[in-house]
Amino acid sequence: MVESGLGPYYDGMLHVVLSAQDLLPILGLAVIAGLGGKPHARLAILLLPLAWLIAGFIGTQVARPLPAFIAWLPLVLVGGCLAFDSRPPRGVLALFVVAMGAWLGYGNGAALRVAGADMRAVIGSAGTVLVATTLLAAGAVALQAGWRRIAWRVAGSWIAAAGVLLLGWTLR
Amino acid sequence: MDRHSRVAVATSLALFAAAAGAHTEAGQSAGFLTGLMHPVSGLDHVLAMVAVGMWGAQLGAPAIWLLPVTFPLVMALGGLLGLLGIPLPGVEIGIAASAILLGAAVMTDRRLPLVAAALLVGAFAIFHGHAHGTELPEGQSGLLYSLGFVVATGCLHAIGIAIGAIHRWPAGRVALRIAGGGVGLAGLLFLWRAVV
Repeated sequence: MVESGLGPYYDGMLHVVLSAQDLLPILGLAVIAGLGGKPHARLAILLLPLAWLIAGFIGTQVARPLPAFIAWLPLVLVGGCLAFDSRPPRGVLALFVVAMGAWLGYGNGAALRVAGADMRAVIGSAGTVLVATTLLAAGAVALQAGWRRIAWRVAGSWIAAAGVLLLGWTLR
Repeated sequence: MDRHSRVAVATSLALFAAAAGAHTEAGQSAGFLTGLMHPVSGLDHVLAMVAVGMWGAQLGAPAIWLLPVTFPLVMALGGLLGLLGIPLPGVEIGIAASAILLGAAVMTDRRLPLVAAALLVGAFAIFHGHAHGTELPEGQSGLLYSLGFVVATGCLHAIGIAIGAIHRWPAGRVALRIAGGGVGLAGLLFLWRAVV
């Protein structure tokens, strides 16, 4: 874990920013929610950081990181949904967001605990998730007409492709 | 900017008020940059990827957006094979052939059915992805390297689509076909170098 030198809260914030396999699915989820409209976006902004925070707390208590060989799955699932322009109903989106947020949040919390950090770092990381989700969801709500939606979908395919390659890297 | 927007921006900045420490994990930034540079370090990759964009622009919708969306995914499958050490015969020949055939398609303004175009481009994506996957330098971050070359490939497609936009004008259509011919000729050179 990289230390910011400014305390555990900021260390936690930095940890998410510098962990591509955590950050990319978060960004993808925010965009999927935003492309569904304002109600979907608000749902994601509320649920994703909350699920991350609660699961992160559990992760710090259990302190058993998730197996590395499944790290690729959130990237492929989220990236694939975004690439194929899936438009889930609010209930399905809520379940997906909570599931992914909990998965990633738990892994983040467990990793922080193993690295010697505590709940303050998890709170910091949840802050990053909140800001990132808010900004990307708002951006997707505002910018989705015409070619802009295609650009989001291309970004989704990049995320999914990175996930497929991470699978190869894991198996290598 | 209205009051609510200012509050939102200020809140966001407050959460990131501290300057981030320098990243010390070895290989991560180098991995992304290495991946980013890989597609543009080989003229064969560059020409083929730009030709995909140009051809997509010639074909128009939905190919113009379908190819950039699906190409990275199919290329990643090729990269997966390369990372796992599964050999793909004639990778360099396949890459050269992609430049030849895509250049020829642009030169002749060939309008294949969407499925045929997608299958052709998909086959080439496997070869390109395999080449990237086998060439990961030791000590680099696999995920960031992968992200880097996927992003670079996507940007090359975008450049090709932007170039291909000139086909809406008569002189532009001619210029585009000449460019396609150039890509095809370069592909012949790459093929000769791969075989000889």
